[in-house]
Amino acid sequence: MEKKLTCVSCPIGCGITVRIEDNVVTRIAGNQCPRGETYAQQEAIDPMRVLSTSVRVIGGEFPLVSVKTDRPVPKRLILQIMNYVRTLSIEAPVKIGQVVAEYLLGMSASLVATREVHLAQQRTSRSISENSL
Amino acid sequence: MREKVVDVLVVGGGAAGMAAAASAGAQTLLLECDAEVGGVLNQCIHTGFGLHRYREELTGPEFGHRLLGELERSRAEVISGCTVIDIEHHGPVVHAVGPEGRLRIRPKALVWATGAGERPFGSLMTPGPRPAGIFTAGLAQRFVNIHGFLPGKRALILGSGDIGLIMARRLHLEGMEVAAVVEVQPFPGGLTRNVVQCLEDYNIPLLLCHGITEVHGRDRLTGVTIAQVDKSRLPIAGSERHFAVDTLILSIGLIPENELILPFTPIDPVNRGPRVNSLMQTEVPWLFAAGNNVVIFDLVDTVAAVGEMAGASAALYARGELPQERLTRLVRGENVLHLVPSSLVAESPTVLYLRVSRPINAAMVHVGDVISRKQSVVRPSEMIEIHIPQDALRELVKKDEVHVKVTEG
Repeated sequence: MEKKLTCVSCPIGCGITVRIEDNVVTRIAGNQCPRGETYAQQEAIDPMRVLSTSVRVIGGEFPLVSVKTDRPVPKRLILQIMNYVRTLSIEAPVKIGQVVAEYLLGMSASLVATREVHLAQQRTSRSISENSL
Repeated sequence: MREKVVDVLVVGGGAAGMAAAASAGAQTLLLECDAEVGGVLNQCIHTGFGLHRYREELTGPEFGHRLLGELERSRAEVISGCTVIDIEHHGPVVHAVGPEGRLRIRPKALVWATGAGERPFGSLMTPGPRPAGIFTAGLAQRFVNIHGFLPGKRALILGSGDIGLIMARRLHLEGMEVAAVVEVQPFPGGLTRNVVQCLEDYNIPLLLCHGITEVHGRDRLTGVTIAQVDKSRLPIAGSERHFAVDTLILSIGLIPENELILPFTPIDPVNRGPRVNSLMQTEVPWLFAAGNNVVIFDLVDTVAAVGEMAGASAALYARGELPQERLTRLVRGENVLHLVPSSLVAESPTVLYLRVSRPINAAMVHVGDVISRKQSVVRPSEMIEIHIPQDALRELVKKDEVHVKVTEG
């Protein structure tokens, strides 16, 4: 079987043709760099993606904190992960890089915060000091 | 009303402004109208940023966090929640309103880094009523990613630029139904990788050569009629299709934000931003500019780089150390649409940013008769960057003007 893929490793987006025999990749053509080969190998058998989304924050300056998986997760599980993420919440303050959830669906992947969220009150006092000239 | 005298005033705390203030250093004040700095990076929670600047793939908020670190180390002062309302260009004197009332600032140099706004629905002149439920993509993105609201239940997206594609995936993941992405051109506006990982991954249809012909609904949007368009983008009779949606998301372009400097600053009509030299200095000597208000860039990495250049140049100007040199004008030649800068300054690190007006295979990019660079393919959706080496620059600045063009073969 042959599959045509578009590499998403970088903005060039090479068109890659992959031959698969018995669920094993036997030929990869069209990629311009080694990252394309790694990508095609995985993409042809079980596509993986980094998921970025957000989690509810309690007592924070913002109601949400942006998060991402710390490694690519199987594309076929993304909606399932989203359903789980929707049940989560975390208390402020949140630090960037802080682990929000571990072992997503029993996998080794974690969900980590991609921004800081200060306490609602802390924010107010900080912006006042910022604004005194 | 309080008064303040500073060396460098930066207006706008997005990627360009943060980088500008960080490189301008002490005696610099940055004004941001939002509650926090970071600009659109805060709501761009997806990955794909920073590959050039930080050599790793970051989300928007992570990129913003790194810039904030650079800004904090620079000892520049930041006031957020503060909006500039007027600039007196004799002086100059900048009037702003912040959380503590009016503020009058006398800067020696100013960096204009206000970014861009989204092209609004009104610009399409679509027939029909004006119900609630029609949002620009960036506004919908802010609702979903910052405030935690979904804009509706079932959406149609107009425009397949990267923001439109990213929002199609985001709304789908958050539980909205995305009926389709509609694009008037015969090819997608955004990067192929985004078509793959935002639409194909979730079976969201992309309808090329289609446009919106009518919106329906009294108080809230109830539906949108689309039609196939011909080569001159006119709807083809009989090709109409109706989508019952309560939400229309628009990703139809960005407009550089230059309202307050327009009255006294020469503008490049194609870039839709101020004419700048290679130091990011406008033709008003104390005014520098960087970011999407100069021209719409593709990458935040590039925006931060021009921000750094503008900040460093503004700081030199404020100290009276910016060399006043004869300029070499850059002139658009064939197939060149956007071009930054508008002129070259000798002895400074120089990068040209240009966008072609049509796709060209086996292209050759020419800067005067000094630089010729082969590019296997160039497209309007991908900005071309040309770093000019010092020896080439020395040749180029001997002339009064230099033509930049892109040819076939």
